[in-house]
Amino acid sequence: MSEPLKNTLLFVLVAGLILLTGFVQSWSTALLILNMGLISAVMSLGVNLQWGYAGLFNVGVMGFVALGGLAAVLVAMPPTVDAWAAGGMRVMAGLIIGAAVIVAAAMTLRFLPRSRWRTLAVLVILVGGFFLYRGVFDPGVEAVEDVNPAGTGYLGGLGLPVLVAWPVGGLLAAGAAWIIGKAALGLRSDYLAIATLGIAEIILAILKNEDWLSRGVKNVSGIPRPVPYEVELQETAWFVEGAQRIGVDPVTASSLYIKVAYAGLFAVVLIILLGLAQLALNSPWGRMMRAIRDNETAAEAMGKNVTRRHLQVFVLGSAVVGMAGAMMTTLDGQLIPTAYQPLRFTFLIWVMVIVGGSGNNLGAVLGGFLVWFLWVQVEPIGHWLMQVVTAPLAEGSALKAHLLESAAHMRLFTMGLVLLLVLRFSPRGLIPEK
Amino acid sequence: MDLLNAIVALSNFVLVPAIAYGSQLALGALGVTLIYGILRFSNFAHGDTMAFGTMVTILVTWWFQAAGIGLGPLPTALLALPAGIAACMLLLLATDRVVYRFYRAQRAKPVILVIVSIGVMFILNGLVRFIIGPGEQRFADGERFIITARDFKEMTGLAEGLALKTTQGITLVTAIIVVALLFWFLNRTRTGKSMRAYSDNEDLALLSGINPDRVVMVTWLIVAALATVAGVLYGLDKSFKPFTYFQLLLPVFASAIVGGLGNPVGAIAGGFIIAFSEVMITYAWKKVLGYLLPESLAPDSLVQLLSTDYKFAVSFVILLIVLLFRPTGLFRGKAV
Amino acid sequence: MSGNPYQDDRGNKDRTITRPGPERESYPVEPGGEAVKVAEPGAFLIGEEMTGGYGKGPDILHACTVAVERGEIAVIVGPNGAGKSTAMKALFGMLDLRQGHVRLDGEDITALSPQDRVAKGMGFVPQNNNIFTSMTVEENLEMGAFIRRDDITETMEQVYDLFPVLREKRNQAAGELSGGQRQQVAVGRALMTKPKVLMLDEPTAGVSPIVMDELFDRIIEVSRTGIPILMVEQNARQALEIADKGYVMVQGRNAYTGTGKELLADPDVRRSFLGG
Repeated sequence: MSEPLKNTLLFVLVAGLILLTGFVQSWSTALLILNMGLISAVMSLGVNLQWGYAGLFNVGVMGFVALGGLAAVLVAMPPTVDAWAAGGMRVMAGLIIGAAVIVAAAMTLRFLPRSRWRTLAVLVILVGGFFLYRGVFDPGVEAVEDVNPAGTGYLGGLGLPVLVAWPVGGLLAAGAAWIIGKAALGLRSDYLAIATLGIAEIILAILKNEDWLSRGVKNVSGIPRPVPYEVELQETAWFVEGAQRIGVDPVTASSLYIKVAYAGLFAVVLIILLGLAQLALNSPWGRMMRAIRDNETAAEAMGKNVTRRHLQVFVLGSAVVGMAGAMMTTLDGQLIPTAYQPLRFTFLIWVMVIVGGSGNNLGAVLGGFLVWFLWVQVEPIGHWLMQVVTAPLAEGSALKAHLLESAAHMRLFTMGLVLLLVLRFSPRGLIPEK
Repeated sequence: MDLLNAIVALSNFVLVPAIAYGSQLALGALGVTLIYGILRFSNFAHGDTMAFGTMVTILVTWWFQAAGIGLGPLPTALLALPAGIAACMLLLLATDRVVYRFYRAQRAKPVILVIVSIGVMFILNGLVRFIIGPGEQRFADGERFIITARDFKEMTGLAEGLALKTTQGITLVTAIIVVALLFWFLNRTRTGKSMRAYSDNEDLALLSGINPDRVVMVTWLIVAALATVAGVLYGLDKSFKPFTYFQLLLPVFASAIVGGLGNPVGAIAGGFIIAFSEVMITYAWKKVLGYLLPESLAPDSLVQLLSTDYKFAVSFVILLIVLLFRPTGLFRGKAV
Repeated sequence: MSGNPYQDDRGNKDRTITRPGPERESYPVEPGGEAVKVAEPGAFLIGEEMTGGYGKGPDILHACTVAVERGEIAVIVGPNGAGKSTAMKALFGMLDLRQGHVRLDGEDITALSPQDRVAKGMGFVPQNNNIFTSMTVEENLEMGAFIRRDDITETMEQVYDLFPVLREKRNQAAGELSGGQRQQVAVGRALMTKPKVLMLDEPTAGVSPIVMDELFDRIIEVSRTGIPILMVEQNARQALEIADKGYVMVQGRNAYTGTGKELLADPDVRRSFLGG
């Protein structure tokens, strides 16, 4: 079977699976899978950029996804005017002082000659700066968080259209990636892995605890949408008429319509990014990236600045992931920091990349759809399986109840199994790198 | 008096908890470092290995408790620990047989093995949640304290109390015994020395007739014991929750890397460095400073450098500093 | 992209910190082969008409023959890249031969893995990474004797008698010793199995001339205990002076063969390899 035919068949298979869901379960479920599949595909494109092109082992995907989510809040939510008046400026001043302290310390380290005095000076700047920062920052935060804590208690956003948040999410993630990359790239892969794992946890800790920024565990809900609300549609004459003409209840129709609209938006982003990624892969830049990956020493000898190139691709990949994070929060309409779990948002994306085929953009997209489909469907299948297995057990037996209740955890097990099977029997993935 | 009170308060809130936590991290990091030294990859499934061993220990503890078997003032879990270790050993040997052995024969690169260990991590994580559920379990029983704060105050007449939890005492004693055994094994026995030789120079070890399969098997067995002990001690001291154990991966790895991957002494030092930094930076110093400083200077605020929610940031920053200035770790990571 | 997907590390050279030095260059004979008795024993250790290279790469050895008799020192010399070390590795089974045979003490051992050859009585001192740097001198010797289950104290005493400096530093980490001392540890480690033949791959690489002289003296002493020695050497002149038999290799082939004295006297050899 030729390469293109096989690849097309694989994509047709995934499309078939989603359609089957529509016919067997419900179209709403099918569209949900499609939407999250599109987002997953974008995330796995980003990770594939880092791992496939440059061999960078980033396990902090969750952090960049969460940053994208934060971007959605910061861009689209209306500003909390009272909070800004109460302490917004103070908080900003605190942040500026904090940044200035770090810059000052870095400058001292850079421009003063190496000596005991320099170390002392840096320490004094850092410790003094820290207390100064806390002195300015803390009262501001307290003031902001005291403003209507049940409703807002945070600074709010800029009140811009939520679509703006998507590129902004990419930018935020790119900025974070630049800082991490500066520090951790050029280290061994497992050090980079631990460093990125750590940064993801820190980003999450910030989202959970900095209430003035993201309302913390109180969550932000009601993020404005790029598409109309179902209720609005149900009150629009042309929509109700159209729905009646094809014989669907307007409530169902409106919900499906919204999902399709989201799918359209996400598909546009995915197609653009996939096109760009393909262009990049086959451009001189892409060839150089792979040359570096395959023989770093030779590339270095030819005068290529390897760390710089790695930084580039690390920032780019993280930006793509951040954008996907913003898209996901837009789809959810809310930011729930506690919902970010590394297994789901970091390691599952890795499963997508490996299963799809590291180094191949189409593979990453396929992996995104396929693994997401499995992730969603394993649960009902597991539940059904458990019911079959436990059928002979007496009703009300503790074991039966436990088994049925635990069926939900089958999905982690299955993902591990899928990853191990692919690694073992098809280590290059479903669509291998050319 | 104030100075004594300050010291007691410091011990109570910082030193004792940090020593206990440090011992737990050190045991975890020893497992990571052994796998790194012998099998030469970073095992991302280590947190879940700890969770698995602990889970079996908890199940057996429940069974003992139901049967009325106990250790009196000591937690029943200590009695169940051997069962947990044995189960964990079986699990790791099975994993090696089914998963890792193939990649060894293929001479797979370390980064591939890391990805493989992520697959194993998923499976173990699912398995543990499947069996015991994702919720929090407390399984410490027996006497809660060796000394309570009130007893201490009565004994010494100080204003501050020093409480010593049974679990903290057990953690320290167990950790010392386990580490002593481990070092005795590595430095004094033929098998232990062959493990160090294999870690130091694989090719030469092969030429010397050291059987790699045996070395690998013994490594897994030791790692299973270390991981289970570390997990049970942590669970006794705090509580058991699958997700928390997964998250322990970060401080455990930070400890191993800070000390120098592959170096057991480094792993222990790293564990204590990380634990002390975490506890000290997230501790509210108001009380201690209140005793030490003259009244006029006594702080109003809590004097907490970072909220406890940022404890991960501490391991992370230490890790980053060490990696930037001394990438091989404080103790040069090279051999077991 | 490498042929084996499991070895595709995408540029992550992770072993570099823990394991300095180049990637291992050996494709050893798989374990499980058997030794076969041969009718005509010939030399004590002989690699006959050996042809082979690394992995799927081109042949490095072309019908190359080296041998050492009981009680002798045999030396392989030749220019850089002539395949001297490769010939040594081939004898030790670290290279799967395409043609030719290796025989030891009347047995064909071509199918044996390096580990099995150690058990058969071959002692091998590689050129690089030939000691356990993090372990003490004594532990290095113990590890050398790993396959022996009998009492090793006597052998260890013999090694200490041969290399007195090692006795002094027995509890020091081997990695902290000087270059010459490390070579002595390496040779001592190989002697711990009580080998029937000792193979040294450039034992004097990277040591100063004075240390080199001392090492050669020690090697002669080892030889006097009755162990045949096969050695690869950069310093052709000195090596041939102590050699009972010499092999000059060029591009994987035997160029000249003779006693050490003959080769030293041969005008062609002198001109090409000994600098006149």
